[in-house]
Amino acid sequence: MAEKKIRVLVAKVGLDGHDRGAKVLARFLRDAGFEVIYTGLHRTPQEVAMAAVEEDVDVVGISLHSGAHLALVPKVIRYIKEYGADPEEMLILVGGIIPEDDIPKLKELGVDEVFIPGTPISEIIDYIRENVRRKREARRMKVKE
Amino acid sequence: MNYDEEEVIEIVEGIFSGNKRALARAITYVENDYPEGKEIMRRIHSKTGKAHVIGLTGFPGVGKSTIVSKLTQEFRMREKKVGIIAVDPGSPFTGGALLGDRLRMDGFDVNRNLWVDPGVFFRSMSSRGRAGGLAAKTGDVVRLMDAFGFDVILVETVGAGQSEVDIVEVADTSVVILMPEVGDDIQINKAGILEIGDIYVVNKADLEGADKTARWLKAMLMMDEGSVEILSQTTHADEARVQSGEIFEGLKKGWVPPVIKTIADKGKGIKELADAIEDHHKFMIESGMLEDRRKRRIKRELFELVMEEVKKMIKTEMNYKEIIQRILKGELDPHTAAEEIVRRLVRA
Repeated sequence: MAEKKIRVLVAKVGLDGHDRGAKVLARFLRDAGFEVIYTGLHRTPQEVAMAAVEEDVDVVGISLHSGAHLALVPKVIRYIKEYGADPEEMLILVGGIIPEDDIPKLKELGVDEVFIPGTPISEIIDYIRENVRRKREARRMKVKE
Repeated sequence: MNYDEEEVIEIVEGIFSGNKRALARAITYVENDYPEGKEIMRRIHSKTGKAHVIGLTGFPGVGKSTIVSKLTQEFRMREKKVGIIAVDPGSPFTGGALLGDRLRMDGFDVNRNLWVDPGVFFRSMSSRGRAGGLAAKTGDVVRLMDAFGFDVILVETVGAGQSEVDIVEVADTSVVILMPEVGDDIQINKAGILEIGDIYVVNKADLEGADKTARWLKAMLMMDEGSVEILSQTTHADEARVQSGEIFEGLKKGWVPPVIKTIADKGKGIKELADAIEDHHKFMIESGMLEDRRKRRIKRELFELVMEEVKKMIKTEMNYKEIIQRILKGELDPHTAAEEIVRRLVRA
Protein backbone atom coordinates (compact mmCIF):
# COMPACT_ATOMS: atom_id res chain seq x y z
CA MET A 1 0.00 0.00 0.00
CA ALA A 2 1.25 3.45 -0.88
CA GLU A 3 2.23 5.59 2.06
CA LYS A 4 -0.44 8.21 2.50
CA LYS A 5 0.70 11.76 1.90
CA ILE A 6 0.86 13.96 4.98
CA ARG A 7 -1.77 16.70 4.79
CA VAL A 8 -1.35 19.82 6.89
CA LEU A 9 -3.83 22.63 7.53
CA VAL A 10 -2.06 25.91 8.26
CA ALA A 11 -4.63 28.13 9.93
CA LYS A 12 -4.86 31.73 11.03
CA VAL A 13 -7.63 32.17 13.53
CA GLY A 14 -9.25 35.26 14.99
CA LEU A 15 -8.41 38.93 14.75
CA ASP A 16 -4.76 38.65 13.87
CA GLY A 17 -3.27 39.97 10.66
CA HIS A 18 0.24 38.58 11.04
CA ASP A 19 0.62 35.85 8.47
CA ARG A 20 4.25 36.13 7.36
CA GLY A 21 5.21 33.22 9.60
CA ALA A 22 2.28 31.06 8.51
CA LYS A 23 3.03 31.65 4.83
CA VAL A 24 6.75 30.94 5.22
CA LEU A 25 5.95 27.77 7.13
CA ALA A 26 3.40 26.69 4.51
CA ARG A 27 6.02 27.12 1.83
CA PHE A 28 8.67 25.08 3.68
CA LEU A 29 6.21 22.33 4.53
CA ARG A 30 5.41 22.16 0.83
CA ASP A 31 9.10 21.70 0.07
CA ALA A 32 9.23 18.95 2.68
CA GLY A 33 6.76 17.02 0.51
CA PHE A 34 3.59 17.71 2.50
CA GLU A 35 0.25 18.77 1.07
CA VAL A 36 -0.44 22.08 2.72
CA ILE A 37 -3.79 23.82 2.84
CA TYR A 38 -3.63 27.44 3.89
CA THR A 39 -6.80 29.02 5.30
CA GLY A 40 -5.97 32.69 4.84
CA LEU A 41 -6.49 35.29 7.55
CA HIS A 42 -9.24 35.88 10.10
CA ARG A 43 -10.85 32.47 10.24
CA THR A 44 -13.23 31.54 13.03
CA PRO A 45 -12.60 28.39 15.12
CA GLN A 46 -15.62 26.79 13.43
CA GLU A 47 -14.20 27.49 9.97
CA VAL A 48 -10.82 26.04 10.87
CA ALA A 49 -12.42 22.95 12.42
CA MET A 50 -14.66 22.30 9.43
CA ALA A 51 -11.71 22.71 7.07
CA ALA A 52 -9.74 20.18 9.12
CA VAL A 53 -12.63 17.71 8.87
CA GLU A 54 -13.43 18.17 5.17
CA GLU A 55 -9.79 18.13 4.12
CA ASP A 56 -9.12 15.11 6.38
CA VAL A 57 -5.77 16.47 7.49
CA ASP A 58 -3.16 14.78 9.64
CA VAL A 59 -1.97 18.03 11.15
CA VAL A 60 -3.75 21.21 12.21
CA GLY A 61 -1.23 24.01 12.67
CA ILE A 62 -2.74 27.10 14.25
CA SER A 63 -0.80 30.34 14.13
CA LEU A 64 -1.63 33.05 16.66
CA HIS A 65 -0.01 36.36 17.47
CA SER A 66 -3.01 37.97 19.10
CA GLY A 67 -2.74 36.56 22.61
CA ALA A 68 -6.12 34.87 22.26
CA HIS A 69 -4.69 31.35 22.04
CA LEU A 70 -6.20 30.12 25.32
CA ALA A 71 -9.63 31.22 24.15
CA LEU A 72 -9.50 30.15 20.50
CA VAL A 73 -7.44 26.95 20.34
CA PRO A 74 -9.73 24.90 22.62
CA LYS A 75 -12.66 26.03 20.50
CA VAL A 76 -11.04 24.67 17.35
CA ILE A 77 -10.54 21.32 19.08
CA ARG A 78 -14.09 21.30 20.42
CA TYR A 79 -15.60 22.00 17.00
CA ILE A 80 -13.50 19.30 15.31
CA LYS A 81 -15.17 16.89 17.70
CA GLU A 82 -18.58 18.46 17.13
CA TYR A 83 -18.20 18.03 13.36
CA GLY A 84 -17.71 14.30 13.80
CA ALA A 85 -13.95 13.86 13.72
CA ASP A 86 -11.57 12.78 16.45
CA PRO A 87 -9.02 15.51 17.28
CA GLU A 88 -6.91 12.81 18.94
CA GLU A 89 -6.26 11.37 15.49
CA MET A 90 -4.77 14.68 14.35
CA LEU A 91 -1.65 16.45 15.45
CA ILE A 92 -2.74 19.79 16.88
CA LEU A 93 0.14 22.28 16.75
CA VAL A 94 0.25 25.89 17.81
CA GLY A 95 2.78 28.47 16.67
CA GLY A 96 3.38 32.15 17.31
CA ILE A 97 3.84 34.46 20.26
CA ILE A 98 2.86 32.16 23.12
CA PRO A 99 4.02 33.01 26.67
CA GLU A 100 6.00 30.17 28.22
CA ASP A 101 3.53 29.82 31.08
CA ASP A 102 0.72 29.10 28.65
CA ILE A 103 2.45 26.20 26.89
CA PRO A 104 1.60 23.56 29.54
CA LYS A 105 -1.95 24.94 29.66
CA LEU A 106 -2.34 24.51 25.92
CA LYS A 107 -0.97 20.98 26.10
CA GLU A 108 -3.47 20.17 28.79
CA LEU A 109 -6.23 21.43 26.50
CA GLY A 110 -5.28 18.95 23.79
CA VAL A 111 -2.45 20.63 21.91
CA ASP A 112 0.36 18.24 20.96
CA GLU A 113 3.15 20.78 20.65
CA VAL A 114 3.81 24.52 20.67
CA PHE A 115 6.47 26.14 18.48
CA ILE A 116 7.58 29.63 19.45
CA PRO A 117 9.45 32.13 17.24
CA GLY A 118 13.00 31.03 16.53
CA THR A 119 12.19 27.35 16.18
CA PRO A 120 14.17 25.93 13.24
CA ILE A 121 11.77 24.86 10.50
CA SER A 122 13.57 21.52 10.19
CA GLU A 123 12.59 20.81 13.79
CA ILE A 124 8.91 21.33 12.95
CA ILE A 125 9.18 19.14 9.85
CA ASP A 126 10.90 16.33 11.77
CA TYR A 127 8.35 16.59 14.55
CA ILE A 128 5.47 16.28 12.07
CA ARG A 129 6.97 13.29 10.23
CA GLU A 130 7.69 11.40 13.42
CA ASN A 131 4.41 12.09 15.16
CA VAL A 132 2.08 11.61 12.22
CA ARG A 133 3.59 8.13 11.94
CA ARG A 134 3.00 7.59 15.65
CA LYS A 135 -0.62 8.74 15.40
CA ARG A 136 -1.27 6.53 12.40
CA GLU A 137 0.15 3.52 14.15
CA ALA A 138 -1.96 4.25 17.20
CA ARG A 139 -5.02 4.43 14.98
CA ARG A 140 -4.32 1.14 13.33
CA MET A 141 -3.98 -0.44 16.78
CA LYS A 142 -7.25 1.10 17.81
CA VAL A 143 -8.95 -0.37 14.78
CA LYS A 144 -7.60 -3.84 15.57
CA GLU A 145 -8.86 -3.95 19.16
CA MET B 1 -6.81 -7.05 -1.64
CA ASN B 2 -7.93 -7.05 1.94
CA TYR B 3 -9.99 -4.22 3.27
CA ASP B 4 -11.51 -3.44 6.63
CA GLU B 5 -15.17 -4.40 6.21
CA GLU B 6 -16.40 -2.54 9.30
CA GLU B 7 -14.69 0.64 8.19
CA VAL B 8 -16.16 0.35 4.69
CA ILE B 9 -19.69 -0.19 6.02
CA GLU B 10 -19.39 2.75 8.39
CA ILE B 11 -18.14 5.06 5.64
CA VAL B 12 -20.68 4.01 3.02
CA GLU B 13 -23.55 4.42 5.49
CA GLY B 14 -22.04 7.76 6.50
CA ILE B 15 -21.97 8.95 2.90
CA PHE B 16 -25.58 7.96 2.32
CA SER B 17 -26.70 9.69 5.53
CA GLY B 18 -24.86 12.96 4.88
CA ASN B 19 -21.92 12.56 7.27
CA LYS B 20 -19.15 14.89 6.09
CA ARG B 21 -16.52 13.07 8.09
CA ALA B 22 -17.32 9.84 6.24
CA LEU B 23 -17.08 11.58 2.87
CA ALA B 24 -13.76 13.17 3.83
CA ARG B 25 -12.30 9.82 4.88
CA ALA B 26 -13.60 8.11 1.75
CA ILE B 27 -11.83 10.69 -0.41
CA THR B 28 -8.60 10.06 1.50
CA TYR B 29 -8.86 6.31 0.93
CA VAL B 30 -9.60 6.75 -2.76
CA GLU B 31 -6.92 9.36 -3.29
CA ASN B 32 -4.27 7.14 -1.71
CA ASP B 33 -5.32 3.88 -3.37
CA TYR B 34 -6.32 2.11 -0.17
CA PRO B 35 -8.20 -1.16 -0.73
CA GLU B 36 -11.06 0.39 1.28
CA GLY B 37 -11.31 3.11 -1.38
CA LYS B 38 -11.98 0.69 -4.20
CA GLU B 39 -14.57 -1.17 -2.14
CA ILE B 40 -16.34 2.08 -1.21
CA MET B 41 -16.47 3.06 -4.89
CA ARG B 42 -18.08 -0.28 -5.71
CA ARG B 43 -20.78 0.17 -3.11
CA ILE B 44 -21.75 3.76 -3.86
CA HIS B 45 -21.90 3.41 -7.63
CA SER B 46 -25.64 2.81 -7.90
CA LYS B 47 -26.28 6.14 -6.17
CA THR B 48 -24.29 8.20 -8.68
CA GLY B 49 -25.22 10.03 -11.87
CA LYS B 50 -27.58 12.66 -10.50
CA ALA B 51 -25.27 15.61 -9.91
CA HIS B 52 -24.49 18.27 -12.49
CA VAL B 53 -20.70 18.35 -12.77
CA ILE B 54 -19.30 21.73 -13.72
CA GLY B 55 -15.64 22.20 -14.62
CA LEU B 56 -13.91 25.53 -14.30
CA THR B 57 -10.57 26.08 -15.96
CA GLY B 58 -8.33 28.92 -17.05
CA PHE B 59 -4.90 30.46 -16.64
CA PRO B 60 -3.44 30.96 -13.14
CA GLY B 61 -4.74 34.11 -11.51
CA VAL B 62 -7.77 34.75 -13.73
CA GLY B 63 -10.07 34.31 -10.73
CA LYS B 64 -11.18 30.69 -10.84
CA SER B 65 -11.34 30.26 -7.07
CA THR B 66 -13.15 33.55 -6.57
CA ILE B 67 -15.70 32.59 -9.21
CA VAL B 68 -16.11 29.21 -7.51
CA SER B 69 -16.89 30.98 -4.24
CA LYS B 70 -19.43 33.35 -5.78
CA LEU B 71 -21.04 30.62 -7.88
CA THR B 72 -21.41 28.53 -4.73
CA GLN B 73 -23.21 31.46 -3.08
CA GLU B 74 -25.50 31.74 -6.10
CA PHE B 75 -26.30 28.01 -6.26
CA ARG B 76 -26.94 27.94 -2.50
CA MET B 77 -29.39 30.79 -3.01
CA ARG B 78 -31.09 28.57 -5.60
CA GLU B 79 -31.28 25.90 -2.88
CA LYS B 80 -28.76 23.56 -4.42
CA LYS B 81 -26.20 21.68 -2.40
CA VAL B 82 -22.68 22.23 -3.70
CA GLY B 83 -19.61 20.01 -3.59
CA ILE B 84 -16.30 21.54 -4.62
CA ILE B 85 -13.08 19.87 -5.73
CA ALA B 86 -10.20 22.31 -6.15
CA VAL B 87 -7.04 20.95 -7.73
CA ASP B 88 -3.72 22.71 -7.34
CA PRO B 89 -0.34 21.59 -8.65
CA GLY B 90 1.69 19.09 -6.69
CA SER B 91 5.43 19.25 -7.12
CA PRO B 92 6.94 16.62 -9.40
CA PHE B 93 10.19 17.20 -7.48
CA THR B 94 9.27 16.96 -3.79
CA GLY B 95 5.69 15.65 -3.96
CA GLY B 96 4.61 18.63 -1.88
CA ALA B 97 1.81 21.05 -2.69
CA LEU B 98 0.47 24.37 -1.50
CA LEU B 99 -3.28 24.09 -1.85
CA GLY B 100 -4.47 27.67 -1.89
CA ASP B 101 -7.96 27.66 -3.37
CA ARG B 102 -9.98 27.21 -0.20
CA LEU B 103 -8.87 30.54 1.20
CA ARG B 104 -10.85 32.38 -1.50
CA MET B 105 -14.12 30.97 -0.18
CA ASP B 106 -16.46 33.46 1.47
CA GLY B 107 -16.39 33.21 5.24
CA PHE B 108 -18.10 34.89 8.14
CA ASP B 109 -17.76 38.36 6.62
CA VAL B 110 -20.58 37.84 4.11
CA ASN B 111 -24.21 36.73 4.31
CA ARG B 112 -23.63 33.04 3.96
CA ASN B 113 -20.56 31.44 5.49
CA LEU B 114 -19.56 28.80 2.97
CA TRP B 115 -16.90 27.36 5.27
CA VAL B 116 -19.42 25.95 7.71
CA ASP B 117 -22.52 25.70 5.51
CA PRO B 118 -23.89 22.14 5.85
CA GLY B 119 -24.87 22.25 2.16
CA VAL B 120 -21.29 22.85 1.03
CA PHE B 121 -18.29 20.53 1.04
CA PHE B 122 -14.88 21.72 -0.10
CA ARG B 123 -11.95 19.46 -0.81
CA SER B 124 -8.52 20.55 -2.01
CA MET B 125 -6.56 18.06 -4.08
CA SER B 126 -2.99 18.00 -5.28
CA SER B 127 -2.42 17.02 -8.91
CA ARG B 128 0.53 15.01 -7.53
CA GLY B 129 2.69 15.86 -10.47
CA ARG B 130 0.18 14.76 -13.07
CA ALA B 131 -0.21 16.81 -16.25
CA GLY B 132 -3.63 17.60 -17.68
CA GLY B 133 -4.96 19.91 -14.99
CA LEU B 134 -6.64 17.39 -12.69
CA ALA B 135 -5.64 14.88 -10.03
CA ALA B 136 -5.72 11.23 -11.08
CA LYS B 137 -8.63 10.45 -8.77
CA THR B 138 -10.76 13.49 -9.54
CA GLY B 139 -13.39 11.37 -11.30
CA ASP B 140 -13.80 9.08 -8.31
CA VAL B 141 -14.04 12.01 -5.90
CA VAL B 142 -16.77 13.49 -8.12
CA ARG B 143 -18.68 10.21 -7.77
CA LEU B 144 -18.29 10.18 -4.00
CA MET B 145 -19.74 13.69 -3.82
CA ASP B 146 -22.49 12.69 -6.24
CA ALA B 147 -23.46 9.73 -4.04
CA PHE B 148 -23.38 12.02 -1.00
CA GLY B 149 -26.18 13.99 -2.62
CA PHE B 150 -24.73 17.22 -3.95
CA ASP B 151 -26.83 18.74 -6.73
CA VAL B 152 -23.93 20.60 -8.22
CA ILE B 153 -20.26 19.64 -8.16
CA LEU B 154 -17.75 22.31 -9.09
CA VAL B 155 -14.36 21.07 -10.23
CA GLU B 156 -11.66 23.71 -10.36
CA THR B 157 -8.58 22.72 -12.34
CA VAL B 158 -4.98 23.60 -11.80
CA GLY B 159 -4.23 26.97 -13.34
CA ALA B 160 -4.11 25.75 -16.92
CA GLY B 161 -1.77 26.85 -19.65
CA GLN B 162 -2.84 25.93 -23.13
CA SER B 163 -3.31 22.20 -23.39
CA GLU B 164 -4.65 20.97 -20.07
CA VAL B 165 -8.00 19.70 -21.24
CA ASP B 166 -8.66 16.75 -18.91
CA ILE B 167 -11.58 18.64 -17.40
CA VAL B 168 -13.81 17.62 -20.32
CA GLU B 169 -13.40 14.01 -19.21
CA VAL B 170 -15.01 14.84 -15.87
CA ALA B 171 -17.42 17.73 -16.41
CA ASP B 172 -20.87 17.88 -17.98
CA THR B 173 -20.41 21.60 -18.48
CA SER B 174 -16.97 23.15 -18.98
CA VAL B 175 -16.45 26.81 -18.17
CA VAL B 176 -13.30 28.42 -19.54
CA ILE B 177 -12.27 31.57 -17.71
CA LEU B 178 -10.13 34.33 -19.19
CA MET B 179 -9.36 37.92 -18.33
CA PRO B 180 -8.46 41.01 -20.35
CA GLU B 181 -4.97 41.16 -21.86
CA VAL B 182 -4.27 37.44 -21.89
CA GLY B 183 -3.35 37.73 -25.54
CA ASP B 184 -4.62 38.78 -28.93
CA ASP B 185 -6.98 37.03 -31.34
CA ILE B 186 -4.25 34.61 -32.41
CA GLN B 187 -3.85 33.40 -28.83
CA ILE B 188 -7.60 32.98 -28.59
CA ASN B 189 -7.71 30.85 -31.72
CA LYS B 190 -5.02 28.43 -30.57
CA ALA B 191 -5.90 24.80 -30.00
CA GLY B 192 -6.32 23.46 -26.50
CA ILE B 193 -8.32 24.79 -23.61
CA LEU B 194 -9.94 27.47 -25.73
CA GLU B 195 -11.63 24.73 -27.73
CA ILE B 196 -13.33 23.05 -24.79
CA GLY B 197 -15.64 25.70 -23.33
CA ASP B 198 -19.39 25.25 -23.19
CA ILE B 199 -19.36 28.67 -21.58
CA TYR B 200 -16.66 31.37 -21.69
CA VAL B 201 -16.06 33.95 -19.00
CA VAL B 202 -14.07 37.16 -19.21
CA ASN B 203 -13.39 37.90 -15.57
CA LYS B 204 -11.96 41.14 -14.17
CA ALA B 205 -14.17 42.87 -16.72
CA ASP B 206 -13.53 46.19 -15.00
CA LEU B 207 -10.01 46.11 -16.42
CA GLU B 208 -9.31 47.74 -19.74
CA GLY B 209 -9.59 45.47 -22.78
CA ALA B 210 -12.45 43.29 -21.51
CA ASP B 211 -14.71 44.15 -24.44
CA LYS B 212 -11.94 43.38 -26.90
CA THR B 213 -11.28 39.96 -25.35
CA ALA B 214 -15.00 39.17 -25.29
CA ARG B 215 -15.31 40.21 -28.95
CA TRP B 216 -12.39 38.02 -30.03
CA LEU B 217 -13.89 35.10 -28.15
CA LYS B 218 -17.25 35.56 -29.82
CA ALA B 219 -15.63 35.77 -33.25
CA MET B 220 -13.61 32.63 -32.52
CA LEU B 221 -16.75 30.76 -31.46
CA MET B 222 -18.63 31.82 -34.57
CA MET B 223 -15.98 30.61 -36.95
CA ASP B 224 -17.22 27.76 -39.12
CA GLU B 225 -17.81 27.09 -42.82
CA GLY B 226 -21.03 29.02 -42.88
CA SER B 227 -19.42 32.07 -41.35
CA VAL B 228 -16.55 31.91 -43.85
CA GLU B 229 -19.12 31.94 -46.62
CA ILE B 230 -20.67 35.08 -45.16
CA LEU B 231 -17.25 36.63 -44.61
CA SER B 232 -16.41 36.22 -48.29
CA GLN B 233 -19.35 38.47 -49.11
CA THR B 234 -18.56 41.26 -46.68
CA THR B 235 -16.84 44.54 -47.39
CA HIS B 236 -14.98 47.01 -45.19
CA ALA B 237 -18.28 48.61 -44.40
CA ASP B 238 -19.31 45.47 -42.50
CA GLU B 239 -16.16 45.36 -40.34
CA ALA B 240 -17.88 46.49 -37.12
CA ARG B 241 -20.62 43.89 -37.52
CA VAL B 242 -18.02 41.19 -38.24
CA GLN B 243 -15.99 42.09 -35.17
CA SER B 244 -18.98 42.08 -32.87
CA GLY B 245 -20.13 38.74 -34.29
CA GLU B 246 -23.48 40.33 -35.10
CA ILE B 247 -23.26 39.37 -38.75
CA PHE B 248 -23.17 35.66 -37.85
CA GLU B 249 -26.14 35.72 -35.55
CA GLY B 250 -28.68 32.99 -36.03
CA LEU B 251 -26.23 31.04 -38.15
CA LYS B 252 -25.17 28.43 -35.64
CA LYS B 253 -27.40 25.57 -34.66
CA GLY B 254 -27.39 23.78 -31.33
CA TRP B 255 -25.45 25.14 -28.40
CA VAL B 256 -23.57 28.36 -29.03
CA PRO B 257 -21.22 28.95 -26.10
CA PRO B 258 -22.08 32.27 -24.50
CA VAL B 259 -19.39 34.75 -23.50
CA ILE B 260 -20.08 36.27 -20.10
CA LYS B 261 -18.29 39.21 -18.51
CA THR B 262 -17.84 39.02 -14.75
CA ILE B 263 -16.23 40.97 -11.96
CA ALA B 264 -16.16 38.07 -9.57
CA ASP B 265 -14.88 39.73 -6.40
CA LYS B 266 -17.77 42.20 -6.64
CA GLY B 267 -20.24 39.46 -7.52
CA LYS B 268 -21.02 40.98 -10.91
CA GLY B 269 -22.10 38.69 -13.74
CA ILE B 270 -22.38 35.68 -11.46
CA LYS B 271 -26.16 35.33 -11.82
CA GLU B 272 -25.78 35.37 -15.61
CA LEU B 273 -23.07 32.72 -15.35
CA ALA B 274 -25.21 30.48 -13.14
CA ASP B 275 -28.13 30.93 -15.57
CA ALA B 276 -25.93 29.96 -18.51
CA ILE B 277 -24.68 26.89 -16.63
CA GLU B 278 -28.25 25.80 -15.92
CA ASP B 279 -29.30 26.48 -19.52
CA HIS B 280 -26.44 24.35 -20.75
CA HIS B 281 -27.42 21.52 -18.44
CA LYS B 282 -30.99 21.67 -19.72
CA PHE B 283 -29.78 21.72 -23.31
CA MET B 284 -27.50 18.72 -22.68
CA ILE B 285 -30.33 16.70 -21.20
CA GLU B 286 -32.90 17.60 -23.86
CA SER B 287 -30.55 17.04 -26.79
CA GLY B 288 -29.29 13.72 -25.44
CA MET B 289 -25.75 15.07 -25.37
CA LEU B 290 -25.40 14.54 -21.65
CA GLU B 291 -25.83 10.82 -22.10
CA ASP B 292 -23.46 10.79 -25.07
CA ARG B 293 -20.78 12.59 -23.11
CA ARG B 294 -21.17 10.32 -20.13
CA LYS B 295 -21.05 7.21 -22.31
CA ARG B 296 -17.81 8.40 -23.89
CA ARG B 297 -16.41 9.08 -20.44
CA ILE B 298 -17.34 5.65 -19.13
CA LYS B 299 -15.83 4.00 -22.19
CA ARG B 300 -12.53 5.79 -21.71
CA GLU B 301 -12.50 5.05 -18.02
CA LEU B 302 -13.31 1.41 -18.54
CA PHE B 303 -10.45 1.01 -21.00
CA GLU B 304 -8.10 2.77 -18.61
CA LEU B 305 -9.09 0.48 -15.76
CA VAL B 306 -8.75 -2.61 -17.91
CA MET B 307 -5.30 -1.47 -19.02
CA GLU B 308 -4.31 -0.93 -15.40
CA GLU B 309 -5.40 -4.45 -14.51
CA VAL B 310 -3.59 -5.89 -17.51
CA LYS B 311 -0.42 -4.04 -16.57
CA LYS B 312 -0.69 -5.35 -13.04
CA MET B 313 -1.14 -8.89 -14.34
CA ILE B 314 1.86 -8.59 -16.60
CA LYS B 315 3.95 -7.30 -13.73
CA THR B 316 2.90 -9.96 -11.25
CA GLU B 317 2.30 -13.00 -13.41
CA MET B 318 4.49 -12.74 -16.44
CA ASN B 319 8.19 -12.98 -16.57
CA TYR B 320 8.44 -9.61 -18.24
CA LYS B 321 11.91 -8.79 -16.91
CA GLU B 322 13.33 -11.67 -18.88
CA ILE B 323 11.48 -10.41 -21.96
CA ILE B 324 12.95 -6.93 -21.48
CA GLN B 325 16.38 -8.48 -21.27
CA ARG B 326 15.85 -10.36 -24.52
CA ILE B 327 14.64 -7.25 -26.31
CA LEU B 328 17.68 -5.39 -25.01
CA LYS B 329 20.00 -8.07 -26.39
CA GLY B 330 18.26 -7.93 -29.76
CA GLU B 331 16.91 -11.50 -29.55
CA LEU B 332 13.31 -10.32 -29.65
CA ASP B 333 11.55 -7.22 -30.99
CA PRO B 334 9.02 -5.31 -28.86
CA HIS B 335 6.08 -5.86 -31.23
CA THR B 336 6.44 -9.64 -31.26
CA ALA B 337 6.99 -9.62 -27.50
CA ALA B 338 3.82 -7.59 -26.89
CA GLU B 339 1.75 -9.89 -29.09
CA GLU B 340 3.13 -12.91 -27.29
CA ILE B 341 2.28 -11.40 -23.87
CA VAL B 342 -1.29 -10.66 -24.94
CA ARG B 343 -1.67 -14.20 -26.30
CA ARG B 344 -0.47 -15.65 -23.01
CA LEU B 345 -2.79 -13.33 -21.05
CA VAL B 346 -5.83 -14.38 -23.04
CA ARG B 347 -5.02 -18.03 -22.40
CA ALA B 348 -4.60 -17.32 -18.67
